[in-house]
Amino acid sequence: MSYVRTLVLSLAALVSLPVLAQQKLVPAQSEIAFVSRQMGVPVEGRFKKFDAEVSFNPAKPDTSKIAFTVDTGSATLGVPETDAELPKATWFNVPKFPQATFQSKAVKGLGGGKFEVAGQLSIKGQVRDVVVPVTLTQSGATTTATGSFTLKRLAFKIGENEWSDTSMVADDVQVRFKLALTGVAKL
Amino acid sequence: MHNTQVPTQRYSGTAITLHWLLGLALVGLFVVGLYMTSLPFSPQRLKLYNWHKWAGVVVLTLSFLRLVWRLTHRPPALPAAVAAAMPRWQHWAHHGTHHALYALFFAVPLLGWAYSSAAGFPIVVFGVLPLPDFVPADKALAELIKPWHKLGAYAMAALVGLHVAAALKHQLIDRDGLLSRMLPGRS
Repeated sequence: MSYVRTLVLSLAALVSLPVLAQQKLVPAQSEIAFVSRQMGVPVEGRFKKFDAEVSFNPAKPDTSKIAFTVDTGSATLGVPETDAELPKATWFNVPKFPQATFQSKAVKGLGGGKFEVAGQLSIKGQVRDVVVPVTLTQSGATTTATGSFTLKRLAFKIGENEWSDTSMVADDVQVRFKLALTGVAKL
Repeated sequence: MHNTQVPTQRYSGTAITLHWLLGLALVGLFVVGLYMTSLPFSPQRLKLYNWHKWAGVVVLTLSFLRLVWRLTHRPPALPAAVAAAMPRWQHWAHHGTHHALYALFFAVPLLGWAYSSAAGFPIVVFGVLPLPDFVPADKALAELIKPWHKLGAYAMAALVGLHVAAALKHQLIDRDGLLSRMLPGRS
């Protein structure tokens, strides 16, 4: 009898394990936007298509893993003429580098729903270490992660040749994100 | 007889300066406007668009000062002989052209500003002074405004052409010296 009980409990434990990995991104409630400056003018764009694989435990943030993929071909500034340029080799070179990725290496809890995610950002074949501050809020079954960080576009070769002039388009690009996740344990 | 002629009353120095300065600026803005819209997506195009906007804001500001100056400093009346020689329709055209030009000095830059705001590109004068958006960023609204900025500019160009033709007619055909009222230098 106790044998069976042990077996049942073990099975139950096995079944409950993958719960962490079942965290899902809700794309409709998420957004990734970027703000560049053209001759001092802030111009906002966004990516329409991206996905994430998240295994995040608020109680043990250091065991968390966050992997992100962004379809570079889904970038838009909302202006058809400019959007037609973004996939070209000078900018995102979408045919060669269709996806930008982020892979976390360390997640640190700072308390109060704030975390620091260090990882590698790969865009257009260029890999750079970044540290991204993230704030989590929970409402019902949804956990929303928000944050922003600044990257240097030239480090990722975004805007080459005649477009590498930073007096025309600033090197600093602010990336803002809001990611809605389901399946995250209570903070 | 030749000694009884009253000297023609000239415009004030400020009015003359603003007239020629803004005249040149408006011709320049019109030509740059035509040229820049024909350019393909390039740093050159971005540069000219921003210069066009900055210059447009300067013209708008100076036009405001010019209007205030004109309202507080009555321009000299037409010399009696010239006024007497002009048929009724020319008097009408004389006032109509000037009023319409003044209206367009404001309408065209304001429509340009509104278009830029609606298109989602706030104006940052000289790359450092952000102007407020007085219409919301709205693509549909931008498309609605766009043709009016252009039409206004064409209308202004036509009126400037008429203005120049009339001035040359007075100078070269009537030889009534009317142009000397607005020429810089001699007083």
